[in-house]
Amino acid sequence: MPLSIKHLLGMQGVPKEDIQLILDTATTFKEVLERPIKKVPTLQGKTVVNLFYESSTRTRISFELAEKRLSADSINFAVSGSSVSKGETFKDTIKNIEAMKVDMIVVRHAAAGVPQYLTRISDSVIINAGDGTHEHPTQALLDMYSIREKLGKLEGLKVCIVGDIAHSRVALSNIYGLKTMGADVSVCGPATMIPRHIEDLGVKVIHNIDEAIQENDVLNVLRIQLERKAREYFPSLREYNTYYGLTTERLEKNGKNILILHPGPINRGVEISSEVADGPSQVILEQVTNGVAVRMAVLYLLGTMHN
Amino acid sequence: MKVLLKNITINHPLYKLNKKSNILIEDGIISKVSSTAIEESPGMKVYEMNGKVAAPGFYDMHVHLREPGREDEETVVTGCNSAARGGFTGVACMPNTEPAIDSAEVVHLILGKAKGHLVDVHPIAAATAERKGEVIAPIAELVEAGAVGFSDDGVAIKTARVLRRVMEYAKMYDKPVIEHCEDESLAGGAMNEGFNSTFLGLPPIPPIAEELTVIRDIMMSEYTGARVHIAHISTKGAVELVRQGKAKGINVTAEVAPHHFSLTDDSLKAYDTNFKMNPPLRARRDVEAILEGLKDGTIDCIATDHAPHSIEEKEMEFEYAPNGIVGLETAVGLAFTELVHKKVITLDKLIEKFAINPRKILNLPIPAFEPGEKANITILDTGAVWTVETSKFLSKCRNSPFDKMLLTGKAIAAINNGMMYYQEQFIKI
Repeated sequence: MPLSIKHLLGMQGVPKEDIQLILDTATTFKEVLERPIKKVPTLQGKTVVNLFYESSTRTRISFELAEKRLSADSINFAVSGSSVSKGETFKDTIKNIEAMKVDMIVVRHAAAGVPQYLTRISDSVIINAGDGTHEHPTQALLDMYSIREKLGKLEGLKVCIVGDIAHSRVALSNIYGLKTMGADVSVCGPATMIPRHIEDLGVKVIHNIDEAIQENDVLNVLRIQLERKAREYFPSLREYNTYYGLTTERLEKNGKNILILHPGPINRGVEISSEVADGPSQVILEQVTNGVAVRMAVLYLLGTMHN
Repeated sequence: MKVLLKNITINHPLYKLNKKSNILIEDGIISKVSSTAIEESPGMKVYEMNGKVAAPGFYDMHVHLREPGREDEETVVTGCNSAARGGFTGVACMPNTEPAIDSAEVVHLILGKAKGHLVDVHPIAAATAERKGEVIAPIAELVEAGAVGFSDDGVAIKTARVLRRVMEYAKMYDKPVIEHCEDESLAGGAMNEGFNSTFLGLPPIPPIAEELTVIRDIMMSEYTGARVHIAHISTKGAVELVRQGKAKGINVTAEVAPHHFSLTDDSLKAYDTNFKMNPPLRARRDVEAILEGLKDGTIDCIATDHAPHSIEEKEMEFEYAPNGIVGLETAVGLAFTELVHKKVITLDKLIEKFAINPRKILNLPIPAFEPGEKANITILDTGAVWTVETSKFLSKCRNSPFDKMLLTGKAIAAINNGMMYYQEQFIKI
């Protein structure tokens, strides 16, 4: 059964069967990653462009590695050193890249909606690697994979996303994906970081972290951005850490065994303490490993559909 | 040259006029209006207009002609061509040009470019020097040059302090202060704040950013006694504030752009930049409040906020694309389709909002159907079914969300200044 989607633009609207298929395929690829020779010839002859208009280390490396493990030819295009600085429009850049006969474009961009826009101006298969504050679907898929791997299921689980929901593409993708899979999703953070109308997505809003810990099976802790612009949403890092930081005391106080995810990079001592970040409840580095497997699954399933 | 409009229905709400007539125009001046047949003579151009409506010429009090500065997007002449094709015989152009309309020289330049055109052009001058909100513009000089109102459109007048001075000054000349209501400290996003902005992950512009400025401006109008006109009203709260202001007897008027009564932010789902404007498309409840405001007279007029942008400018990432759409050639059709045919307002009210109220607000004479008067007429075909073709626009630009849309009702001709735009051409009459 192939995927019903032609591109991975976001988790919104991706049917359950597709998510299931991606996660199951990722399990197979994770086994490949455990082998001494971690490479399969599945995407041999296919060309993938990693189009990164916004700096990213882990997502870009993860995609690149996934492409190499699948034997695809991959090219990295980063904003600096490209024609963008010479004033070329986004559309012209895409047309030029495509004229070199590529098959898939993995795109990261600071503006929401760019992957959708790409589908209108390009014939390639588009994979969203994060667009503005909109979606980051492969992150949600790897989060779901990691949860499923640890807890054996997604349906019926209670998952809370903690942090700056309003400026997070990870949050929105997780909400869409998890809800499709039948999980019960809530968000937790100060009111300044919760977008209005989020309840209309069928999500519960919690402002108290203790309540979030007590009520949930999984916490997905988002990174607090330290740059100045993000700082207007909370009084100080100290206060954020005091009221929303995840610490061992807090977990123990609530006497709860809970699974902790973090999309990284982590700010130790801000949204998560070192003890928790390195502790037994978390799967943070496991998520990174799973990220490669999940991205292999996405690239493979979308890249071989027309064969 | 003699032109006879035969069997046309004159509709002029100001004179409670609504009857079938024959209009004879000689050298651009109405020479005879009669309910009985007018004798035809050789060389007379006769147009059978049975079933068509003659209204006082429509006037759009909010357009961006882009000249001087962005003649690649629009010029005074191409903007006026677009206006005539859309059925307008007059426009007021906004001062966010480069340089801004903040000196008599720029007013003269625009008036010079518009000279001899079918469409009358009246500049709205900047309220402050360079529209920076710091120093008030030379209002007396600008009025003398021909400015009909004052606005920093594109932004609101920055501080209450400067707003007060502008109002006090404009009041001396009985000119309206036209406000683009937006609290910049709250705005700065790419679309309306609501479920859809959360859904699409686009940075939001909250409705209250508009409403806070509307209430500030209405209160300042009450305090100074100056007239304030709320440009492109777009939120439920703003409509309610204007309604309350009017009820208190404050000199506040308001306009709405056709896209704000015909579209909602649901249209943004494909991140199409042709749907990006400021104020942004709002929610269904806002559109409903606007329809109510049009119905009860809270909203005085319909103005397009005609904002042409080149393809290169609009063909990009949604968040980075400039705001605004081409409006002149779709406004009347949209108003008929969304307002008259859906029984929100009557044809009389439509004519008031397009022809009479904008001229009242700007203190301009209202065209009449009397012998000796200049023929300044918009001819309407209320039942014409037509499809919007942006490729045929006379505007230099094509950025419209209404391409290929089927509309019912349109302006089929515009007559003014001894010219007629009819059947896709300008005819000297």
